[in-house]
Amino acid sequence: MADSARARVRKKTMRTNYRKRVSFARGAAFLLIAALCAALAVPGTARAGRAVRLALQWYPQAQFAGYYMALEKGLYAERGLYVTILPGSANNNSLSRVVDGRADFCTAFLSSALEYRDKGEELVNVGQFVRKSALMLVARKDSGIKSVKDLDGRRIGTWGDNFQLQPVALFKRENLDVTLVRQSPSFELFMRGGLDAAMAMWYNEYHRLISYGLNPEEMTAFFFSDLDLNQPEDGLYCLESTLEMWPGMAAAMVEASAEGWRYAFAHPEETVDVILRVMKKANVRANRAHQAWMLARMKDIILPDGAKDIDTRLRQADYERTRDALRSSGVIENDIPYNDFHKEAAR
Amino acid sequence: MKVHGIAFRLASLTLLVSSLILASIVGYNYTVSRSIIMDQAEDRGTLLARATSSRISNVLTSVRKVADAVSFSLEDGSLSEKRLNDLGNHIISDNPEIFGTAIAFEPYAFKADQEYYAPYHYRSQNRIAFTRLGGPDYQYFYMDWYQLPRELDRPVWTEPYFDEGGGHQLMSTYSVPFHRKRFDEKTLAGVVTADISLGWIKTMLSDLSEREAGYVFMLSRYGTFLAHPDADLVQNETIFSWAETLGRADIRELGRRMVAGESGIEEVDGLPLTGDSFLYFTSLPDQQWSIGVVFPKEAMFADVFRLNREVATLGILGFIALALLIIYLATRITRPLCNLTSSANEMASGNLDADVPVAASRDEVGELTASFLTMRESLKGYIANLTETTAAKERIESELRIAHDIQMGILPKLFPAFPERKEFDVYASIEPAKEVGGDLYDFFFLDDDHFCFLVGDVSGKGVPAAFFMAVTKTLLKVVAERDFDPGVVLAKVNDDLAEDNEACMFVTLFLAVIDIDSGETRYASAGHNPPLLLPADGPCEWVPPLNELVAGVMEGTSYTTKTMRMNPGDTLFIYTDGVTEAMDKDNNLYSEDRLMEEVNQCGGRSAESIIRTVAASIKAFTGGAEQSDDITMLAMQYLGSRKTNKEKHDGNND
Repeated sequence: MADSARARVRKKTMRTNYRKRVSFARGAAFLLIAALCAALAVPGTARAGRAVRLALQWYPQAQFAGYYMALEKGLYAERGLYVTILPGSANNNSLSRVVDGRADFCTAFLSSALEYRDKGEELVNVGQFVRKSALMLVARKDSGIKSVKDLDGRRIGTWGDNFQLQPVALFKRENLDVTLVRQSPSFELFMRGGLDAAMAMWYNEYHRLISYGLNPEEMTAFFFSDLDLNQPEDGLYCLESTLEMWPGMAAAMVEASAEGWRYAFAHPEETVDVILRVMKKANVRANRAHQAWMLARMKDIILPDGAKDIDTRLRQADYERTRDALRSSGVIENDIPYNDFHKEAAR
Repeated sequence: MKVHGIAFRLASLTLLVSSLILASIVGYNYTVSRSIIMDQAEDRGTLLARATSSRISNVLTSVRKVADAVSFSLEDGSLSEKRLNDLGNHIISDNPEIFGTAIAFEPYAFKADQEYYAPYHYRSQNRIAFTRLGGPDYQYFYMDWYQLPRELDRPVWTEPYFDEGGGHQLMSTYSVPFHRKRFDEKTLAGVVTADISLGWIKTMLSDLSEREAGYVFMLSRYGTFLAHPDADLVQNETIFSWAETLGRADIRELGRRMVAGESGIEEVDGLPLTGDSFLYFTSLPDQQWSIGVVFPKEAMFADVFRLNREVATLGILGFIALALLIIYLATRITRPLCNLTSSANEMASGNLDADVPVAASRDEVGELTASFLTMRESLKGYIANLTETTAAKERIESELRIAHDIQMGILPKLFPAFPERKEFDVYASIEPAKEVGGDLYDFFFLDDDHFCFLVGDVSGKGVPAAFFMAVTKTLLKVVAERDFDPGVVLAKVNDDLAEDNEACMFVTLFLAVIDIDSGETRYASAGHNPPLLLPADGPCEWVPPLNELVAGVMEGTSYTTKTMRMNPGDTLFIYTDGVTEAMDKDNNLYSEDRLMEEVNQCGGRSAESIIRTVAASIKAFTGGAEQSDDITMLAMQYLGSRKTNKEKHDGNND
């Protein structure tokens, strides 16, 4: 199959395996440039620095604004970390990059990380950023869906298995008989009425629907975090060996990243500019409205319920609820103790 | 004064009205040309949007027909693998606009042992290439191009996408589900697709945009920019995210109308690139893509603005020319008027020989100047005439004055008249009215013992009266010195006066002759007012009137001579009717009663004193009212004969 078809294949695959795989696509060149940037950021400093590779679980976007701003503002360099950010893609799972040694740190969903850990990888959570799940179900009001009960007997679009934990738990709990249809990331099936409801991330796909011309008042939104099915999402992970070999490095990473997030929330305009610049450089489709929305929603889920400051601890209750849900649905087998999994790095 | 002159008012009024007319012409012109342009732009925009959409639709429809036909032929379940491949090849070779075509089957639907079966033919470097789609890494069942027609069970046009392998061309796929009989039931067997490059659309639209003042853009079914002059928008933004970035709810609403498949025209202000603009939009019904044509108002109305600017400029130039002309004309008209005004002012100050501007023009001003000249000549003539008349009148008046002086001069004026005579005391006064009047008095000795005194009043006034009076006085003196009898004197004088008296003038006379030795007084009266006799002891009394005719009227009239005796100290007061008929301001007469009363107060006084007292009384009565007649009074006071006086004197000495 030739050029265009191949390209399409690749692209469509990426979308299907949405934020699941780790990337190495633009590795070398980007790494070099980023290393150069990092080196330039602290010229002539006598302090011994360490090159650190941070893998993200998806393409550059405001979902990772904190890390980009920490890099942009030299917050990593201040702590002697010469960070290279490795953007993810459909073919580049951030966790496998860390496991394979192609990255030192990565961002990942708690559930994804637990899956890897369950397989025996020595991954640990060193800091938790997203405390509130952004996963949601969206329905069009004109389909008659006003409450969770109305989902009974409907066709619902889902992504891969990993994202089905919360919805499946919901349908089971509410005793709803639904047809799950795997949806492509374009949301076309939903938009054309082929689905009654679709899964979406609040900071991403929900806004995409708004950008498709649907007004918020025309949609019914169910947040899993509101339905007692909250799961922490983006966190920072590394190998236990890394933690042992360079004590303090993880703490510096978490602290600088948290600082980066604070900066991003305080300077949304500048942050969106930086993100758009990075996205254009990476040749990723970008629009300002979308990234501004995403940054605002990241603030909502990193600082949920009016929290004043970023808390990078993974709360034990959150952890255990997620772990038990994964176990009961058979995604993981082992009962991984909280203290083995979460190593509180930041002081 | 100058600023509100005719020139100023004429110019400002005319210019005000003409500027109003100018403004309304420009305004009307602007409105009409603007609405014409708007109508044209509306037609043009709508036409452009429709023509573009139908051009695109035509191509897409032809592709759709091919795919529809293929899907129909695929209903035949007996198609071999080779026939399927040939079909794919034919589709590509026969339809230059189709870039690639896939015939994708449901899992295990073509071959029972193959989950994925999807031969794909496509163009590559001027030949037709072939591959098979599907596998664990490419689960086409979940791709839009397969899933949408499958789930919706109807043909679909997918959202256009950029094909990274095909030279960054905008592509769209038309996918048609096809069915086969399975277990006696028609079930979905797969999907046939036709990939079409939309690169030509972009080229077509940018060509159009270059030709037009505005631009043409295209939106996908969900509002994604498929073509737009701002390359950053294309495939990155939907019209909705763009509206959000711009903070424009109206653009979002417009986007919703566009993706809903509406056609229409909207005014959109403040668009990036074009500013205030008109948007014409329509949709491609099959794909639900939208075509928008944006015309910037500024460019649309540029011609209108230019036209109006030119009209306004011409108007202003015309206005200035008109202003200059009006000022010139007004000045030309008013300058002679101003000159005339200053001439008139000079003339008014007395210089009748002031320069009058020459009436060159044959208009109202010329006529005015001519009339002015005529007026000046008439004035000059009138003034000359007046001067002459005045001179004549002054001469006459001065002559009259002289005549009056002469008239007065013939009356005895020297008092005491006879200082050596102790027998009597005579005093007379005449207060002439303004005009020359005809009163007279006289007294003279006829011989040593006989003293004649008289008062007369000629009818009428003026020179004839004066002459008549002079004649009368002369006659009286001549006749009285010959005849001592007053009645005879009056009769003779009457005869003389009546002779040749064609003017029928007459005179009243009271003439008395006193024998100054005895005090015996003879008198006659020709219609004169009765005099008053003021005895030395006792109240005064009227001398009884004789009721005889005035003198000078009838020849042959005889007058009676009466005799009375005046005792020493008696005074005879004779007057003319100017005394009793003197009037105050309310036209009341002084009257005889008042005279009598006044004279009664004068017992024992001298003749002069009596007359002065009465004169003062009259003056007080009239209070300065204008005198209408001569006031003449004569008082004759008998003091006794020389003999008696001597006796008395002697006796006193004894």
